[in-house]
Amino acid sequence: MNFQTTIGLEVHVELKTNSKIFSPSPVEFGDDPNANTNVIDWGYPGVLPTTNKGVVESGIKAALALHAEIEKHNHFDRKNYFYPDNPKAYQITQADKPIAHDGWIEIEVDGEKKKIGIAEMHIEEDAGKNTHNPNGYSFVDLNRQGTPLIEIVSKPDIASPDEAYAYLEALRQRIQFTGVSDVKMEEGSMRVDVNISIRPYGSDKFGTKTELKNLNSFNFVRKGLAFEEKRQQQVLMSGGTIQQETRRFDEATGQTILMRVKEGSDDYRYFPEPDLPALAISDDWIHSIEEAMPEMPGKRRARYVNELGLKDYDAMVLTQTKEMSDFFNETVANGADAKMAANYLMGDVNAYLNDQQVDLQDTKLTPANLAAMIKMISDGTISTKIAKKVFKALTKGEEPVAWVKSKGLVQLSDPAQLQPMIKKIVDDNQQSVDDFKNGKDRAVGYLVGQVMKQTHGQANPKVVNELLMKELNNR
Amino acid sequence: MNYFDTDLTTLHEKLVNKELTAEQLTRETLAKIKADNEAINAYITIDDDAAIEAAKAIDAKGINPDNLWAGIPVAVKDNIVTKGLRTTAASKILENFNPIYDATVIEKLRANDVIVIGKTNLDEFAMGGSTETSYFKTTHNPWNLTKVPGGSSGGSAATVSAGGVLAALGTDTGGSIRQPASFTGVVGVKPTYGRVSRWGIIAFGSSLDQVGPFTRTVKDNAALLNLIAGHDEHDMTSSDKEVPDFTAGLDGSVKGMRVALPKEYLGEGVDENVKKAVLDAANTFKELGATVDEVSLPHSKYGIAAYYIISSSEASSNLQRFDGIRYGFRAKDVKNLEDVYVRSRSEGFGDEVKRRIMLGTYSLSAGFYDAYFRKAAEVRTMMINDFKKVFEDHDFIIGPTAPTPAFGIGEDSSDPKKMYMNDVLTVPVNMAGLPGMSLPAGFSNGLPVGLQIIAKPFDEQTLYKAGYAFEQATDFHSKTPEIGGDK
Amino acid sequence: MANEEKIDKAQVEHVASLAKLEFDDADLGKFTTQLGDIMELFNTLSEVDTTDVEPTFSVTDQFNTMREDVAVNSHEKEALLKNAPDTQDGFIRVPAIIDESEGAN
Repeated sequence: MNFQTTIGLEVHVELKTNSKIFSPSPVEFGDDPNANTNVIDWGYPGVLPTTNKGVVESGIKAALALHAEIEKHNHFDRKNYFYPDNPKAYQITQADKPIAHDGWIEIEVDGEKKKIGIAEMHIEEDAGKNTHNPNGYSFVDLNRQGTPLIEIVSKPDIASPDEAYAYLEALRQRIQFTGVSDVKMEEGSMRVDVNISIRPYGSDKFGTKTELKNLNSFNFVRKGLAFEEKRQQQVLMSGGTIQQETRRFDEATGQTILMRVKEGSDDYRYFPEPDLPALAISDDWIHSIEEAMPEMPGKRRARYVNELGLKDYDAMVLTQTKEMSDFFNETVANGADAKMAANYLMGDVNAYLNDQQVDLQDTKLTPANLAAMIKMISDGTISTKIAKKVFKALTKGEEPVAWVKSKGLVQLSDPAQLQPMIKKIVDDNQQSVDDFKNGKDRAVGYLVGQVMKQTHGQANPKVVNELLMKELNNR
Repeated sequence: MNYFDTDLTTLHEKLVNKELTAEQLTRETLAKIKADNEAINAYITIDDDAAIEAAKAIDAKGINPDNLWAGIPVAVKDNIVTKGLRTTAASKILENFNPIYDATVIEKLRANDVIVIGKTNLDEFAMGGSTETSYFKTTHNPWNLTKVPGGSSGGSAATVSAGGVLAALGTDTGGSIRQPASFTGVVGVKPTYGRVSRWGIIAFGSSLDQVGPFTRTVKDNAALLNLIAGHDEHDMTSSDKEVPDFTAGLDGSVKGMRVALPKEYLGEGVDENVKKAVLDAANTFKELGATVDEVSLPHSKYGIAAYYIISSSEASSNLQRFDGIRYGFRAKDVKNLEDVYVRSRSEGFGDEVKRRIMLGTYSLSAGFYDAYFRKAAEVRTMMINDFKKVFEDHDFIIGPTAPTPAFGIGEDSSDPKKMYMNDVLTVPVNMAGLPGMSLPAGFSNGLPVGLQIIAKPFDEQTLYKAGYAFEQATDFHSKTPEIGGDK
Repeated sequence: MANEEKIDKAQVEHVASLAKLEFDDADLGKFTTQLGDIMELFNTLSEVDTTDVEPTFSVTDQFNTMREDVAVNSHEKEALLKNAPDTQDGFIRVPAIIDESEGAN
């Protein structure tokens, strides 16, 4: 029997705002437990929430990036459940009228493009954090309580683990380009819940879903889904039925393990939040946000190809992250040749980032310095060989022009300086001249090497070659 | 001393002229309320030391002649949080709760040199109409100690009624200011929803709750609302409308005003003496030059059901935070987390609170939301429309505040449904967010009867104007209970 | 539908579990009767025709009120922890949470 797969993804993205969504406490991580909390975050008797305008604005940005329709009249709801990290025992979220709905993003798998629909996107508050201790206690830190989140729910359009992977990549990329979030799974600013069901090919009734937890990277999402897809197929093929259950992905074995079987649905007793007036989002506000939005990756990629003459593949790589793309834009704006800038970013810069395991924005590299170095290469001031040394200096924050000068690394291109040196080297190496005359080309290489040795690598190889050939042909 | 023969202006003059210091006034007030507290039991916490400290500081600074309230002691219902002063909501679950911030209304009192003298008793979490559901004590009606003072703001009403303080703050979710004002013969006002900030009010029904003043006179009441009203950045539902001077325009005239008397408010279950007091009041308004028309508020009879669904639903959610984890009571010898929740809540809440939580949880639960919570919200719209229609050609509405005068302690408490029915005349005002007042309008077997006045949203001025005219034309407000007769 | 049925003990117990309350047998009986009575009163709403009537969930005159995104640290940590029944090392302490999957978003 053939099956078709339906995957649903619920993605939580933490928004990068100054203050929390419903309280003025700072949004900061890594501080002492409960250091960034106030009476609102603790759900004290008598406190009331106040809506952070920055969060609504970020929500609109994200909605625009996802081609979603913005719900101009939306409101918040309460989702009621008891848990130690949920101080009011309700979460303020949007259930009934989320801020945006019916969006889409485009993915590409094996060269095929496909639109994945987004059912809805809403804004809500994050919970605090519980840590568990083997001595019989759990510890509650409310620093994260009230951190703004957006939740993005996909339509049942994703048909394979590879598509799920591509969707997450595309989603992360687009959200990241809006600048509303760092969207990093490893830091928890992006979290993914997945569900998957299969059904006989052609059947119009969805199969029973299972939910997967503990998927801490896109790769694990893909692996977990692939395992679960196969497991469900095996169960059905052997005459079994799929239970509605939550399964945990085990990173070590790549398998999913049963956590609990769901009995009915949870009863969260949603109702409209009476402490917060409804929101009315005006067209003017949306337009002003739209105008200030950074250029999205698809547009940038097209521009790099059409206007800057980059290869499509290179343009795609450069637009993977906003940092890289912004860095490239600025390097070019500082006068660097676009293709050289692209090559450096994808080559030396990427190698450096991989080697150091850092993000571009955390290095001392700047677009201005990279552009200055590339310009020195273009005008022959330094060789690409010297540029290797200069690049190292760039990673330490050096300004390349001054640094090259101070180290005396300016390339020797002046024939008046090089000519006597070359003449002397040719004079001293009669054997090489003979070899050259006998058609042994590697003699030239040896002589160039001698020139380089004497100039400590600073001679312009192109000029050296020209002068040397002239000298040899004259003999 | 007591506050029977004085009012705000008189006291203020004495304080300005230094005939009296704030400290003297505070000490005398403390002595009086403590002496009364045995019989009346109006207070959960009396804040002697801090009150005297505050009074001394105000004396040292000097009484601002432009601030009527400087140096005046005021009592506060114990569901309004006071920094550093225990706030219990009359519940075991908050028995030892020490707030670390002030409610906005308390900030405003303090900023105006008002002295917070103590925290008054209430029905647990303001759920009740008799102050009998308090975990701590039963408050007695100063007019007859075997009767309830009404509720939920029974302590605030009783202490003003007994002459213990000039003014007190209460909260009103379904009548909790107006009904006890009626039962104890004082003036109580529930302002328009949004007129006063709810920041620091321990939430009961968030879409219904309002803070308001209790006083002996209409003018003093207006003066206290002046102090506490206004937009607050902590409460996004608080109105940014300008706050007028509520004491302006109190000229005793209602000439040409159009008064509505809803026929539903004098229907079945309303005590004959109460009816008579309201009809007499209608005549008084006519004599003062107003016109009185009978009108209809056809959805009034569904008010109780809709109100109890909405208020209990909101309460069930609001009270979930009392879970024994971050503050308040945590049950002893708990075995696991579930125990912390279930035992802390089951031991910490009283029966009435549990009933409301159960009703609300049920009304919001899967499969019932549409039939109960949403339906009630739709009926609420119809109730609002009823009022809108009446206000198209009327300036204010009059009616009884409560169907009966104060009932006996223990009389109704075993039958919650009967208890709920007592709120039939007050809840529509909360459902529509309107301003409402209760003021003395007669007696029934020696117990006070209140007249309710209802105005358009944010038209408290009309409420006070009408109330003042009625008060000037009658002498019910000058009657005092015997308990205060020891002057 | 739901309107017409009288609430029974099992339903009361279910609702209690949602609300994290428990009742002994005597209270369960009492609450079931009382809640049943009150629900009967609630059921009178079904008499009202609310076709095409929009629900009112709030009567505030405010709309679209928002706060600027400015962070303020209130430095209340110590005062907050002081009110908590059980704390350790700056954390609120609770008996071990068994089921990690319970928390929802």
